[in-house]
Amino acid sequence: MELTMLYYLIPSLFMFCCGVYGFVTRKNMIAILISLELMLNAVDINFVVFNRYLFPGNMEGMFFTLFAIAIAAAETALAIAIIINIFRVASDIDVREINKMKF
Amino acid sequence: MDVTLPIIILALPLFMFLFLGLLGKYMSHRLAGILGTAGMGITLICAYTVAFTYFFSGNPDFINAEGERLQQIVFNVTWLQFTPSLVLRLGFLIDPISSMMLVVITTISFMVHLYSNGYMRDHHGVWEKGFQRFYAFLSLFSFSMLGLVVATNIFQMYIFWELVGASSYLLIGFYYTKPSAVSASKKAFIVTRFADLGFLIGILILSFYAGTFDFTHLTSVAVEGLNHVYQVSEGTAQNILSIFANNPASTFMGASVLTWALVLIFMGGMGKSAMMPLHIWLPDAMEGPTPVSALIHAATMVVAGVYLVARLFPLYLMETAALDIIVVVGALTAFYAAMVACVQVDIKRVLAFSTISQIAFMMVSLGVARPEFHHGLGYMASMFHLFTHAMFKALLFLCAGALIHAIGSNDYTAMHGLRKYMPITHVTFLIGCLAIAGIIPFAGFFSKDEILTACFGHSIFWYIWMSCVAGLTAFYMFRLYFLIFWWKEHKVHDPHHAPHDQPWTMTLPLVILAVVSCFAGFVPFGNLVTWNGHPMFESVSFLTNLENLDWSVAAISLTVAVVAILIAMKMYKTENELPAKMRNALPALWDWCYHRFYWDELYMFITHRIIFGLVCKPIAWFDRHIIDGTMDSFATLTNKASWSIRGLQSGNVQTYVWIYLIGVILLGSITAICLI
Repeated sequence: MELTMLYYLIPSLFMFCCGVYGFVTRKNMIAILISLELMLNAVDINFVVFNRYLFPGNMEGMFFTLFAIAIAAAETALAIAIIINIFRVASDIDVREINKMKF
Repeated sequence: MDVTLPIIILALPLFMFLFLGLLGKYMSHRLAGILGTAGMGITLICAYTVAFTYFFSGNPDFINAEGERLQQIVFNVTWLQFTPSLVLRLGFLIDPISSMMLVVITTISFMVHLYSNGYMRDHHGVWEKGFQRFYAFLSLFSFSMLGLVVATNIFQMYIFWELVGASSYLLIGFYYTKPSAVSASKKAFIVTRFADLGFLIGILILSFYAGTFDFTHLTSVAVEGLNHVYQVSEGTAQNILSIFANNPASTFMGASVLTWALVLIFMGGMGKSAMMPLHIWLPDAMEGPTPVSALIHAATMVVAGVYLVARLFPLYLMETAALDIIVVVGALTAFYAAMVACVQVDIKRVLAFSTISQIAFMMVSLGVARPEFHHGLGYMASMFHLFTHAMFKALLFLCAGALIHAIGSNDYTAMHGLRKYMPITHVTFLIGCLAIAGIIPFAGFFSKDEILTACFGHSIFWYIWMSCVAGLTAFYMFRLYFLIFWWKEHKVHDPHHAPHDQPWTMTLPLVILAVVSCFAGFVPFGNLVTWNGHPMFESVSFLTNLENLDWSVAAISLTVAVVAILIAMKMYKTENELPAKMRNALPALWDWCYHRFYWDELYMFITHRIIFGLVCKPIAWFDRHIIDGTMDSFATLTNKASWSIRGLQSGNVQTYVWIYLIGVILLGSITAICLI
C-alpha cells in the first residue's frame, strides 16, 4: 500500500476540527490553549505534507513548520503567563466569566 | 518748509496720548492735567507757526508771483507698497484749508484742555474718576484730527477719519458706567461706520479709475480739465476728466462712475457731519463730557465732512449733480435742525441741533459754489463759516459746560435768571449768541453773509430758504439765552451755595473765545482761503470784509436776525403765557419738533421691525433649523447606529470565534459556489 497525501491530510483535518470544536466549547482557558495548539499542529502537518509531496525539491514548508513550532512554544509561554495573571486577578479561568472588555 | 515743526505737530499729541494713557495712573490728577495742557500748548505754538509761515511769509513755495497760494507737501513717506502704482503714503500737506484747520483745531483743543482742568472736578475739588484717561483720549483725538487735515492722500485721510471716529467713541462713552452714555457711544460709532462704508467704496471707485490716491494729483488734474491752473503736478498725470469721460460703459443706474464715487464719498461726510438722515448720533453724543462736545461735536470732528468735500472740491466741480445733492441735503438738514432746536429743553441738545444746522450751512455753501460766481465765493464762505463757527460754537458749548457745572442739570428749567450770579458766563454766552445769530460786527455775521450771498448767486429759492433758517437760528439761540439768563428770578435755596462763575481755568477760555468771536469776522478770508488759491481782493486792510459786503443781502439778513431776536425777547424775556399759547396753538408741530420728527423711532422701526424682523429672523431660522438641523441629524444618526450595534462587542471571546467561523464558512461557500 502506497502512502499517499490523503493519509496525512485526513488525520490533520480531523485534528483541526477537534481544535476548533475544543476552542469554541471548552470553558477552561488551559483547555482552549491546548485546542489552539492542536490547530497549529494540524496546520504544521499540512505544510510538511504539501512540501514533501508537491514540491520535493524545495524546503520552504519544512522551514516554515520549524519556525511555527518555535513561535508556538513562545506563544504558549506567553498565553500561560496571561492565564496565570488573569487567575490572580479574577480567581477564575473560566473564559465566559472573563468578559470585561465589552462595549 | 522744514519738517521739524510738522512732525512735532503730529508726534507730540500722539506721544502725550501714549504717555498719559500708560503712565497717567502713576501721576497725580493735577500733574496729568498740566502735562496734557502743556503738550497741547506746544502743539498750538507749532501749528500757529506753520500756519502763519504759510499765509504770511511770502515764501515762493507757498505763494507764486501772481499771489496765488500753492499746495506744498512737506513730507510724504511710503508706508505700504503693494504694487508700483498702489502705494499708501503718509505725509503732511500744507495748503490754505489745512493751515486754517491747524489753527482751528489747536486753538479749540488747547482751550478745551485748559477748561477741562476746571470742569472735570466737582465743587469740592474732587477730580473726576479717570481724569488722566480723559486727557489721554483728548490727545488721541487731537492727533487724529491733525492727521486728518494734513493728509496728502485720500487713504491717509480715511485712516485718520476712522481714528477720530474711534476717539469720539471713547470720549462719548467716557462715563462708561452710565448706560445712556454707553448706548450713545455705540450709536455714534455704528452710524458713522455705516456712512464710512460709503466713503470707502467711493474711495475705491475714484482711485480705481483715477489710478491715484493723492489729492494733489486728483484735484490739480481736475482743475486743468476746467482750463484753470491751480498747481502743476509732477510727472505726467492723466487727465482725470478724460478718464471718466471715456468710460461711457462704466455707468451704473444712469449715473457715471465719477458721480457715484463723489456721492458715496459725500455719504461718508454726511455721517461725520451729521447730515440728514445720518444725523441721529449727534444729539445723543451730548452724553459725553461737555468739553468733549465743544471740541469734537461742535468745532472739529463734525466739520470733517465739510473739509472732505472742500478738499475734493475741484472734482465735485466736474460733476455738478453731486453738488446739487449736497445743496438739497444741506438745506433740508439746516431747516430741520433749526426747527428742532426751537423746542428742546436740554441746553446741550439745542446746541447740538444748532451745530447740525450750521454745518448744513457750510455744506450748502460748498454746494452752491461755482467758479462763475464771484470766483467760487461759496467755497470761501464755507471755510470762513467753518472757522468762525468753530470759535463761537466752542464758546457756547463751554458756556453751557460752565452752567451745567454750576447748576448740576442740563435743563434750562433749572436755570432761569442766572445773569446776576454768573456775569462772565452771561456776557460770553451773549457774545456767542450774537455771533451765531449774525449780528454785525460779530464773527458769524460776516461768514453767514458770505454764505447767503453765495446762495443768492446760485438760486433765489435757496437764498430765501437759507435766510429763513438764519432767522430761526437767531430765534432759537436767543430763546435759549433768555430762558437761561432771564425769564424769572433764580431761586437760591441756600445762600452759601448760590451759583457762581467758575474758576479761572474755565473762565479764561470763555473770555479768549469771546474775544475771538468778536473779531474773527474781520479776518480777510477771501485773500487767504479760496478754492483755486487766487486772492479775491486787490488790497487787504482790517476793514476789507466790511468794504466788500453785499449790503443788500447783509441788510436783509440783519433785519431777519434782529426781528427774530425781538420775537424771542418778546416771548422769553419775562415769564409769560405766550410760549405755552404758541405750543397749544400748534400742538402737532410742537410734538413733531420736540420728538425730532421721530427720526429715532423711524430708525428703530426700520432696524428692529424690518431688518431684524423680516430679514434677520428668517435667516436665523434657516440657520438654526436647516443648516444646524442637517448637521445634528448626521450626528444623531451615527449615534443611534452605534447604540444599536454595540451588543456585538460582548466581551465574550468564544462568541467572537463563532461569528468568525460563521463568516468564514459563508465566505467559503460563496467562493465555492462562484468557482463551480
